[in-house]
Amino acid sequence: MRARVLIRPKEGILDPQGQAVERALPALGFDGVHNVHVGRLIELDVEDASQVPQMCERLLANPLIEDYEVVELNRNGSA
Amino acid sequence: MKFGVVRFPGSCDEVDALMACRRFAEADLLWHGDRDLSGVDAVVVPGGFSYGDYLRVGAIARFSPLMESVIEFARDGGPVLGICNGFQVLCEAGLLPGALLPNDSLRFVCRQVEVMVENPGTPFTRACEEGDTLSIPVKHTTGRYYAPPGTLPDEQVVLRYAAGHNPNGSMDDVAGVCNEDGNVMGLMPHPEHAVDPLTGSADGGRLFESLAMVPA
Repeated sequence: MRARVLIRPKEGILDPQGQAVERALPALGFDGVHNVHVGRLIELDVEDASQVPQMCERLLANPLIEDYEVVELNRNGSA
Repeated sequence: MKFGVVRFPGSCDEVDALMACRRFAEADLLWHGDRDLSGVDAVVVPGGFSYGDYLRVGAIARFSPLMESVIEFARDGGPVLGICNGFQVLCEAGLLPGALLPNDSLRFVCRQVEVMVENPGTPFTRACEEGDTLSIPVKHTTGRYYAPPGTLPDEQVVLRYAAGHNPNGSMDDVAGVCNEDGNVMGLMPHPEHAVDPLTGSADGGRLFESLAMVPA
């Protein structure tokens, strides 16, 4: 099975990358953009999808500072 | 008294740390792939980019064979000092509270900063007095210290950036912390680069001097 792990900075923790992107978009004429956050995406083929949350807890994310979400993908790569 | 300085693939400050330790005691390098700590009395986890800092700073190094032994050594009360990347590794290993995030400026910072000794009662600061100011350089991109509310008691803040010297947006100007038992410490500034007046300051030597006071 293919799994997609989305990792985001925890709410309330300063996200300077998100802020930088939020400031850059209006400079290109895209107005009305708010709450931009930048995270990480990890995709992996796994035999046992039930192990992915443990992988997140132990290595893929740092639960002190990041939230993660596991999405199972079907064969054509869609969620 | 003998120091062991860890060398990971990607470490870059291990030789300066080794030379700093040797000013006060014996010291040898420890290879990340070994499990044997060679009977050292204190471990220094140095700065650099261990395992390329892939995924997240310190995340992979934390699982190296030697680190498993360092974690056991720390749990048995052995003194462990993490500098910069070493601090990040010790946080990832769960030996220290909190985590290091990208600098608020998103830029690499490299400059001399002043830090104040908040807790002189640790094995790392016993050669200092409370309120002493140390001039030590920082050089990092991921040094913004953060601990979730309620997880860092005041007595575990060992060093704080002096007013106007916080280089990275660290919470409450925290520059260095220790664990609850006081035998593990991490800091972002580089004391090993400040051990000789020739390079501007010898203040960093006080941390190695403090550790060398540990009975062999």
